[in-house]
Amino acid sequence: MNIHEYQAKAVLKSFGAPVADGVPILSIDDIQTAVDTLPGPLWVVKSQIHAGGRGKGKFVEAAAGEKGGVRLAFSKDEVLEHAKAMFGHHLVTAQTSAEGKQVNRLYIEDGADIATELYLSMLVDRQTGNVAVVASTEGGMDIEAVAHDTPDLIMNIQIDPAVGMTDAKAQEINEALKLKGEAAKDGLKLFPILYKAFTEKDMSMLEINPLIVMENGHLRVLDAKVSFDENALFRHPDIEELRDETEQDEKEVEAGEWDLAYIALDGTIGCMVNGAGLAMATMDIIKLYGEEPANFCDVGGGANAEKVAAAFKIIMKDPNVQGILVNIFGGIMKCDVIAEGVIQAVKETNLAVPLVVRLEGTNVEKGKEIIANSGLNVIPADDLDDAAQKIVAAVKG
Amino acid sequence: MSILINQDTKIIVQGLTGKTGSFHTEQALAYHNTMMVAGTHPKKGGTNWNGSNGETLPIFTTVAEAKEVTGADASVIYVPPAGAASAIEEAIEAEIPLIICITEGVPVLDMVRVKAKLDKSNSRLIGPNCPGVLTPEQCKIGIMPGSIFQKGSVGVVSRSGTLTYEAVYQTSQVGLGQTTAVGIGGDPVKGTEFIDMLEMFLADDETKQIIMIGEIGGSAEEEAAQFIKDEAAKGRSKPMVGFIAGRTAPPGRTMGHAGAIVSGSQGGAEDKIAAMEAAGIRVSPSPARLGTTMMDVLKG
Repeated sequence: MNIHEYQAKAVLKSFGAPVADGVPILSIDDIQTAVDTLPGPLWVVKSQIHAGGRGKGKFVEAAAGEKGGVRLAFSKDEVLEHAKAMFGHHLVTAQTSAEGKQVNRLYIEDGADIATELYLSMLVDRQTGNVAVVASTEGGMDIEAVAHDTPDLIMNIQIDPAVGMTDAKAQEINEALKLKGEAAKDGLKLFPILYKAFTEKDMSMLEINPLIVMENGHLRVLDAKVSFDENALFRHPDIEELRDETEQDEKEVEAGEWDLAYIALDGTIGCMVNGAGLAMATMDIIKLYGEEPANFCDVGGGANAEKVAAAFKIIMKDPNVQGILVNIFGGIMKCDVIAEGVIQAVKETNLAVPLVVRLEGTNVEKGKEIIANSGLNVIPADDLDDAAQKIVAAVKG
Repeated sequence: MSILINQDTKIIVQGLTGKTGSFHTEQALAYHNTMMVAGTHPKKGGTNWNGSNGETLPIFTTVAEAKEVTGADASVIYVPPAGAASAIEEAIEAEIPLIICITEGVPVLDMVRVKAKLDKSNSRLIGPNCPGVLTPEQCKIGIMPGSIFQKGSVGVVSRSGTLTYEAVYQTSQVGLGQTTAVGIGGDPVKGTEFIDMLEMFLADDETKQIIMIGEIGGSAEEEAAQFIKDEAAKGRSKPMVGFIAGRTAPPGRTMGHAGAIVSGSQGGAEDKIAAMEAAGIRVSPSPARLGTTMMDVLKG
């Protein structure tokens, strides 16, 4: 789960990390009060969307002006001007679609005098199974590009979970970032704080780009991008509350309520599959036969007829869907249960597009019988190849 | 031979008293009399578990006690996500040689903690978030449907549950059958990666061919390909077919499995396919042609 920058900074601040004073704006009417709480003389007005590259982004609407999604203001009037220009408009960045994301929240922050920009992130290293700290002196820019062009400027420091972030490890990070004096002292405090926040809140990624050394020699977290392990949210109700559903596809939010893994895509063939690997493979085979999947949808191992019907309805909400492929290899899941769910959903949605159903595994004969006897226009398929060819042919007409 | 498990493997069930644990234990007992020997529950020790077909197994309070009384050499875990890591740790502490965790949705930092303990132990962990291990006509641990298996010559190893079933089903359809199928699981931090399983399949006389199924995310497939390449250079090789799920997945989105994500320049399908092909593995573009591709490889 992703959260906004201002939320990430509040979480880090609660652990004692140095962040600038700032005020989030959820309604444009709050802007004047917000500005008055910050002394200036420099303010930063930052668009809050779940996508990177905001500073270099461009707004779709002409009214938002030519500047990007992060703007400097040298007076309170200028803060208001920038806020009004950005609020409610659509920001396009390297990480959004061409339509961009609507800016419904802003963050007004005290400006900082930057001496040096650094990069620091924490994540779980899959190869070692440890938390790894990635540190680079090349902050403030696209870290992927730095990794590609100058890989030796990126340091990877592994943290042993049994001992955590020791002084020696923090010192190692200081050296990787070439920190001296006050900044190095700050580092010895900050890195254990960040590690504590990462592990206690079950973060899956914590990225500070940039971490800055200010003109006064101290460290500050200037930007923060945090995501959390969805599987651990059950023990963090405070984090769950930070979820901004307006950042998610409406269909994805509804799927989440049914405990379905659903991701909206751009194609025309809706898919409903059990198992993440098979769901991806089903998307792949549709593409192999020349069409594009409209979604990824894994109904999981323990689905019942109601859940299957819900998945079906969510898939049908996508206006681009011109055909549906149901592909179930029942291990835990029984094919007759799936068949009943599909029949129920077809009836309730008055399905008007072609539907191909491939069933295999536990109770497959019963499942096929239910479909055959339903009197509905469902195209049965014998295997995955057959199913993919049939749905592609049906959609192409 | 087979790998990991055979007709002599004695298995205890952590989470036997739950609905999932009960159902799959009944299925395992019905599959060629897999030796399920006991269950554990912190509060129900001393009672018996009764299956719906009249089966009965003793329940012990701890894994250590169950192991001591029954001589079990494997444990399967169906405990819900919040308690799964502790269940694995208990099995490690009881020195169970083979631990198979089926549970889906274990927090990744719990697995970081478990992995550190595992690395210092003699236990092997398969999973979590995996379908288990099955050796046809001998032993079934986990949730794979026994009906699609056929005793034979292909070793199957996969990160995805239902794609394991595809590989098994298709190799049965073409008449090759399987020695053992292992689902290593779809999580980013897990007990066993491809390489260990590939090593076992290469060393197993009965395994004549291998199917390896990967997916987007991480670099385990690339490492496995390098291993296969290095072993082939030493003269150890078997005909192999591969598949990578997620060629069409958009970057930055987690595709169902916590481990399946293309992030930045890492974890894309094309790099994995290229690495596997460079190691002499025939990568099928279609998940529906794993069995027939293996037949093509064997015909030359």
